[in-house]
Amino acid sequence: MSKTDNNNSPIYMPDDSVGKGYMTTRLDRIIGLARKNSLWPLPFATSCCGIEFMATMAAHYDLGRFGMERLSFSPRQSDMLMVMGTISKKLGPVLKEVYLQMAEPRWVMAIGACASSGGIFDTYSVLQGIDRIIPVDVYVPGCPPRPEQIIDGAMKIQELAHNESLRRRNLPEYQELLSKYGIK
Amino acid sequence: MDNDFKNKINPKDIAPEEQREYNTLNLGPTHPATHGIFQNILTMDGEIILDSQQTVGYIHRAFEKIAEHRAFYQITPLTDRLNYCSSPLNNMGWHMTVEKLLDIELPKRIEYLRVIIMELARIADHLVCNSVIGVDCGALTPFTYIFQAREWIYEIFEEVCGARLTTNIGRIGGFERNFSDRAWAKVDRFMKDYPPMLKEFENLLMRNRIFMDRTIGTGPISEEKALNFGLTGPNLRAAGIDYDVRVMNPYSSYEDFEFIVPVGTQGDTYDRFMVRQEEMWQSLSIIRQAIEKLDKIEDKETFQVDVPEYVLPPKEKVYNNMEALIYHFKQVMGENPIPVKEIYHCIEAANGELGFYLVSDGGRSPYRLHFRRPCFVYYQAYPEMIKGGLLSDAIVTMSSLNVIAGELDA
Amino acid sequence: MFKVDQDLVARVSEKLTTQFGEAILSAEIADDMPVYTVKREIITALLKFLYEDESLQFRFLTDLCGIQYPEAELPFGVIYHLHSFTQNLRIRVKSFAPADDPVFPTATTVFAAANWMERETFDFFGIIFEGHPNLKRILNMEDMDYFPMRKEYPLEDDTREDKDDKMFGR
Repeated sequence: MSKTDNNNSPIYMPDDSVGKGYMTTRLDRIIGLARKNSLWPLPFATSCCGIEFMATMAAHYDLGRFGMERLSFSPRQSDMLMVMGTISKKLGPVLKEVYLQMAEPRWVMAIGACASSGGIFDTYSVLQGIDRIIPVDVYVPGCPPRPEQIIDGAMKIQELAHNESLRRRNLPEYQELLSKYGIK
Repeated sequence: MDNDFKNKINPKDIAPEEQREYNTLNLGPTHPATHGIFQNILTMDGEIILDSQQTVGYIHRAFEKIAEHRAFYQITPLTDRLNYCSSPLNNMGWHMTVEKLLDIELPKRIEYLRVIIMELARIADHLVCNSVIGVDCGALTPFTYIFQAREWIYEIFEEVCGARLTTNIGRIGGFERNFSDRAWAKVDRFMKDYPPMLKEFENLLMRNRIFMDRTIGTGPISEEKALNFGLTGPNLRAAGIDYDVRVMNPYSSYEDFEFIVPVGTQGDTYDRFMVRQEEMWQSLSIIRQAIEKLDKIEDKETFQVDVPEYVLPPKEKVYNNMEALIYHFKQVMGENPIPVKEIYHCIEAANGELGFYLVSDGGRSPYRLHFRRPCFVYYQAYPEMIKGGLLSDAIVTMSSLNVIAGELDA
Repeated sequence: MFKVDQDLVARVSEKLTTQFGEAILSAEIADDMPVYTVKREIITALLKFLYEDESLQFRFLTDLCGIQYPEAELPFGVIYHLHSFTQNLRIRVKSFAPADDPVFPTATTVFAAANWMERETFDFFGIIFEGHPNLKRILNMEDMDYFPMRKEYPLEDDTREDKDDKMFGR
């Protein structure tokens, strides 16, 4: 194992910390690594993008390669909310409820144009982007995005999970962000 | 075999009326088992469903209002998002509606090409529906197998139009470009590789004891009720009525093709599965016939009839060619003559009769466009079908109806 | 694509005029199918008559939708598309109502399929169907206070600030 002090390497290792049969690293790095590779997504699929998500999940593109084949349909157990498809104003409160039920740490991915900004549906009944009701970590553009794009977005979330502070929820910036949405 | 299980545990036998307690179960709007955003508030006696209150509209996107503000050629992307499992069918339906409005006659070659695309889309749709029925019965393996075949179909679409799912395929009066050699090669490969795959899929489910026990007799609907509730497509045919728009009111030269319209007898989940299964075989046969017919046609180049007033010219022509620029300008500004008419056109979409009621006042966009969405009409029969059944049967019934939220709510 | 058999249409028209007389305001073959414009009072009776007539059997309600012509004397219309499987004939029935009284009799007594279609029409246009078992909004939120498909209401979402008039022509 080569020595490195690069903070972006998968496991952060200070000099002289690696030897035969042992290595030392920071606890948050190890936890980040574990979190990164075992994200449980909650698919909140409403329309077209959900069908592309099915393709992402299936054998050809195989989300299982990223430690995500275990879809968690219960918000309580999931780490990552994947919002796919149009969210109407009628569905907005439901989405917020699902987000509130998730435990920290939680990440949100807006997949597709509709979830990100309302997309082509600038109409009286469509919510113009889910970031109006819940905070979003990663936006994936496309109408619908290709499975590769969805995977790319998921990898961005993995990066966040790996590199963020373990107690993101305690950060004042995070608290401020949540309070903007009226979430305590 | 004991499929009248649910008839045996009649709630009346268990307890007298005044001692019975009913539970309310909220199924949805984001229940993992419902494959879409539907809410059903069920009144239950133990495991048995007594009644259901449906709420829909969770992804209402105001298609009809948007359509009143868009030019005819801009409505195709909207139709993509109706039934997104088989977008090309909706696209073609819309193009044909406009062609009917404008009285455009298509040569046989284009019509056969369209038939190929439409039948591929039908296969893709039925394949999703049938594999999901399997998933809801606990059989995940057929789903992962057959989804590879769906990727092949998507690759063909990609080769023809550049998109996988929301295809926006075709233009008014034909296609945007000819099928490339690679597209034909992919079609040929699909025609060779898909039948064994489908056979394997059938072997996994069709005579599977567990699958049969779960689906035979669940969610049945009678002929009269199916007709009264406006069911169309495979769901109506499973109930025993051989109504198929392709046969009754042929469009796009469907009268030239030989195919069987499969019909069920019970109208239950298994029949719906079998009807869709047989329709996939019939679609394959139609595609094969279409390829043969295309081989016999001398002309290999025509993919678009000459209606420059209604098709946007390619951009390079707009920049370099005066005529193309004028046509482009006139279309965007809506200065082309559009007849004042009211027409209804319908096609046999994957879920049933997809109709377009178009009222034109001669303007750039429709005065009123109403989509007759098959899902919207037949989903109201759902409580009727699940009443008296078990909760787990209701889940299977819903996936066998193939209710697509985008089409339901428009 | 729809076959319009002239003799058959003549027979339908004759039956309707003998049965309903003056209430049939006009009967013509317009564009692709026979169109009957009728007085709104007889809608249910007409649908029932066509349903029960043994030789016609219009037993399938293909479509029901509303329409609004704000300038017209009778601005609100409801359009029914019926299909007879035995004769393979489709007909369109239209009926109109004044702006201050957009009330039509329900078709749910004849076709169960009309239930949601009428709710949708009510949701979009505010057209009221008398005798409907459960006439409330279906697609939009229940607290919505206007009928969005009416021509006077805008398409766009009014909460967006990032689209300005200069760029998007609003």
